[in-house]
Amino acid sequence: MTAFKDAGHLFRVAAVFLLGIAVFLGLRGFLVPKSFGQYGHYRGNAIGDIAAVPLHYAGHEACEGCHADVLEKKKDGRHARVNCEACHGPLASHADDPTSVQPAKLDTAVLCAKCHEANAAKPKSFPQVATADHSTGLPCDTCHQPHSPAITAGGTK
Amino acid sequence: MNLTRRHLLLLLPAAGVAWKYVLAGTPESSPNYRLADHWWGMLIDLSKCIGCGNCVRACQAENDVPDGYFRTWVERYHVTDYDIENPVVDSPDGGKKGFPPAKDASGKNFFVPKLCNHCADSPCTQVCPVGATFISPDGVVLVDKQYCLGCRYCVQACPYGCRFINPKTNTAEKCTLCYHRITKGLTTACCENCPTGARQLADLKNPNDPIHEFLKTHSVQVLKPSMATHAKVYYNQLDGSVR
Repeated sequence: MTAFKDAGHLFRVAAVFLLGIAVFLGLRGFLVPKSFGQYGHYRGNAIGDIAAVPLHYAGHEACEGCHADVLEKKKDGRHARVNCEACHGPLASHADDPTSVQPAKLDTAVLCAKCHEANAAKPKSFPQVATADHSTGLPCDTCHQPHSPAITAGGTK
Repeated sequence: MNLTRRHLLLLLPAAGVAWKYVLAGTPESSPNYRLADHWWGMLIDLSKCIGCGNCVRACQAENDVPDGYFRTWVERYHVTDYDIENPVVDSPDGGKKGFPPAKDASGKNFFVPKLCNHCADSPCTQVCPVGATFISPDGVVLVDKQYCLGCRYCVQACPYGCRFINPKTNTAEKCTLCYHRITKGLTTACCENCPTGARQLADLKNPNDPIHEFLKTHSVQVLKPSMATHAKVYYNQLDGSVR
């Protein structure tokens, strides 16, 4: 059995390897988050983290809970399907605390032009005007009621 | 309280079950949302887009996107003499402040909103060396900020140019399809604020979603189908010149 006469060396090397593997497994268990690999090769809890980002836009359902009168005005007009925050801006803070956070008053001379300023690339069926000719800088709400903008015989509708 | 041995034996299994929930950790922030019930995409009807930039502004406000970077943006295409190989494209500040009048009103002019296509076979997630970006079980391509090294592999891999490195965090950033909103039953910030309904969030696993009827009855395309990314942002009336 001369082949194994120095077998002690092999056992010592094997022991070093085993120790190395044990340290590696221990460290990996400690450092890799528990949820890693839950759904795939990524941290499963990242999904929850990304879903927990705070809102800035409350969504029109939140507005309609209190502002039923505006909804009634909008119902039959051309802006019926334009959501509140599309014009009024991000107001989740107002929805959370309606009394102390008040939305700013809008300047219709600037706001309406963002959509309705004439541009060759806009669909032809979309109502658009060259504001300089159409209203000579007057705010649009002088004639149009933004929540239902069509002008009818009996005033704005 | 007088606890008999019989009561204690009855309580022990209940305590065991309760402890299992303690070990499982805190539940997700949206308890009624099941990942397996959804497969998210978006529908963009180009015949309705007016290039107002509301989606770009809404996205920046909702997601604190730094100035000069975009998770969604709007491009204006101008095609002369039906030379669809060479369109003239502009997108001043991502279309955030709208568009100046067209220099040349002849030919074809139209807007194309762009965002992450939330590809079912996304090139960007395949190149991530650390598992920081992934397709969630409900079909949204997301970035784990804690794991991202900022190596830019994914920025380079995206065929649609939808990713960037956030200069504040130095991590990759992209459209999350407003994951924090859609998991709460809201629509995305861009869809919520689109005045003409050109952008619509679509849940392809929901049989009642109008997307199914729309896809059946319209000629809908995705961007760069030759890349085989299986993009889930569907464009209605997409012109052949759009890249």
